[in-house]
Amino acid sequence: MNAPSPAPAPPPSPYSSALGKSNSESHTLSVLVDNEPGVLARVVGLFSGRGYNIESLTVAEVAHGEHVSRITIVTAGPPEAIEQISHQLERIVPVHKVTDLTVTGRAIERELAMVKVRGKGENRADALRLADAFRARVVDATVESFIFELTGSPKKIDEFVELMRPIGLVEFSRTGIAAITRGPEMM
Amino acid sequence: MSKEMSGAAMIVEALKDQGVDTVFGYPGGAVLPIYDAIFQQNFVKHVLVRQEGGAAHAAEGYARSTGKVGVLLVTSGPGATNTVTGLTDALMDSIPLVCITGQVPTHLIGSDAFQECDTVGITRHCTKHNYLVRSVEDLPRILHEAFYVASSGRPGPVVIDVPKDVQFALGKYSQPKNIQHKTYRPRLKPELDKIRQAVKMMAKAKRPVFYTGGGVINSGPVASTLLRELAELTGFPVTSTLMGLGAYPASGKNWLGMLGMHGTYEANNAMHGCDLMIAVGSRFDDRITGRLDAFSPGSKKIHIDIDPSSINKNVKVDLGIVGDCAHALEDMARLWRSEGMQADKLALAAWWKQIDHWREKKSLAYKPSKTTIKPQHAVQRLYELTKGRDTYITTEVGQHQMWAAQYYHFQEPNRWMTSGGLGTMGYGLPAAIGAQMAHPKALVVDIAGDASILMNIQEMSTAKQYRLPVKIFILNNQYMGMVRQWQELLHGGRYAESYTDSLPDFVKLAQAYGAHGIRCSDPADLDRAIQEMIDTPNAVIFDCVVEGQENCFPMIPSGKAHNDMILADLSDDAGIDIGAVIDEKGKALV
Repeated sequence: MNAPSPAPAPPPSPYSSALGKSNSESHTLSVLVDNEPGVLARVVGLFSGRGYNIESLTVAEVAHGEHVSRITIVTAGPPEAIEQISHQLERIVPVHKVTDLTVTGRAIERELAMVKVRGKGENRADALRLADAFRARVVDATVESFIFELTGSPKKIDEFVELMRPIGLVEFSRTGIAAITRGPEMM
Repeated sequence: MSKEMSGAAMIVEALKDQGVDTVFGYPGGAVLPIYDAIFQQNFVKHVLVRQEGGAAHAAEGYARSTGKVGVLLVTSGPGATNTVTGLTDALMDSIPLVCITGQVPTHLIGSDAFQECDTVGITRHCTKHNYLVRSVEDLPRILHEAFYVASSGRPGPVVIDVPKDVQFALGKYSQPKNIQHKTYRPRLKPELDKIRQAVKMMAKAKRPVFYTGGGVINSGPVASTLLRELAELTGFPVTSTLMGLGAYPASGKNWLGMLGMHGTYEANNAMHGCDLMIAVGSRFDDRITGRLDAFSPGSKKIHIDIDPSSINKNVKVDLGIVGDCAHALEDMARLWRSEGMQADKLALAAWWKQIDHWREKKSLAYKPSKTTIKPQHAVQRLYELTKGRDTYITTEVGQHQMWAAQYYHFQEPNRWMTSGGLGTMGYGLPAAIGAQMAHPKALVVDIAGDASILMNIQEMSTAKQYRLPVKIFILNNQYMGMVRQWQELLHGGRYAESYTDSLPDFVKLAQAYGAHGIRCSDPADLDRAIQEMIDTPNAVIFDCVVEGQENCFPMIPSGKAHNDMILADLSDDAGIDIGAVIDEKGKALV
């Protein structure tokens, strides 16, 4: 048997599948939907059914009269997957509008967290000092614990939580990201 | 004017107002009020199937052969779950359906009541949209909206789940006015600038090809006319997906045959070698593209689709145009004329010469036999003996489906009903029933396999009840032929569970259902037997005993590119070792 001749180098491919190695990016999508039964299941089901990631998801009705809800989803993937996610979301019948706030580029993203810390003596003083530096408010206090309420970027909340850990972090609850574009325009 | 009536009466009224003359269904406890309303009128005809899955495929056959919305009516629980395969099939192939399901009364929802299931939950992923009707006030709007959603934009199935108390409740019915959905407004007219750009690219092209799909059929007969016109104007070659057959006539001079896994050598090589691909209403499915990173490497690509998510989904294109095929083709033809565009005639002549060279391979040739009926030959003879007639063809799924696509030559749209995306065995017989209901005088033939036909054979009883003269043409090789072929290619010829022992006697089976049975195993007798089938005024099961281990060629093996096809070996009796052609990566693909 002759040795097989070396395969010619494949031409550089312009196709999505070959771009699978490309960098994964995190994007924040704002989705306006009719607040009807099952609409959240449709959105979440789309992500699980097509194998997309959800890193954060928040939802609340924003126009009570018209029953319109705003869903903010943070997802990650290569740019072509993100574009596909937007289009797939637009296909859902009760979806009004999908905006990729990461592409529009001028969005403010905030999250709220409540952080429960337990400790005595010096630890209490440390916790209060750090909370002050992070502009966190005390919303509950006992002789051996505090609950801090804090808003900010997810990174700021991560940092605060990490600082509280050695002091006596018990648990924390965070809302997920809400986001809005800067300037006078609507999404 | 709005009239007061029960929810059940509203459903029948809405069907009338939507122009629905035929409903496929099966009664049960949770839909009895609707059946009672149907009983008391004569406009909407109900066709009683023998299993709800049959109703879904029958509605698909009806829809695909008429361009109208197919309607089915089933009860709660198992009635609804039995439709799931058909709904998924319709979603994959973009077939407009409205499926009305009964549901337990509102106050019992969530209590695990008898024949309760979460129908909207279960069908959320296999419908374009679905509704649970919680109040009779919402019912008229939802009914009309469902027809709008099912039939506009990229068509698809819509489920309306109606609890039994809502069917009894009285409310005001309103007729459909100009339905303007709150959020759903698909774009029909493409951007003219992009069409202009496309036309410029077409005029510059040296090796162009039209790659058309089911979207051209869904867009209506006018889209097919416009496609023919544009192909004539430009002189470009045309190939089509399985779902798009008939949009461009198989007798047309620009026709290359079907492309894809079992497409012709010339079609696939034209796709591979083109410098401009114009995709119209097709979606770059994996059966079409083969190995993605080697798919048509040297071409610019234009993609026209009504669904923006189809564009750049599998293959990145250079120019995506969102819009309805008919609108886009009309604009293209108009601009081509008004801007005095000319195709590069010299380059095109060379391109056609290359295509003719590929055609010389005769990729659809097969070894003829005087002793056994070759399945390809059977479909060829069926075509020759039926081509002058008003004929509709449905299929099941497998080798026979591919042979039907390769050897039955479609000249018109809406004549070909097959399960493309989902690949549902058991589709063909109920789909034939649906098509025959819509076209009572036409010749409707289900080209079937011996395994597939048994998946919904109970629908023979439906054919009998409504005296539907459907012809079931079984290419009987006693195997699940495509499974066997893949086992030959990929698993060393170990035919695990793909041989069908104990097939029924199809002639006697036909007789049991009051139909006519024909068996033929002699090539010399084939024409006479097919003629007998055509001339029989009632339903026929034709047991066409064919070569058992025939493979379906040509074929792009899994994980290979368009220019890496394998063709039937016509010289050597031992055949070719196709198993060696597919590498480990390809074996993992489907």
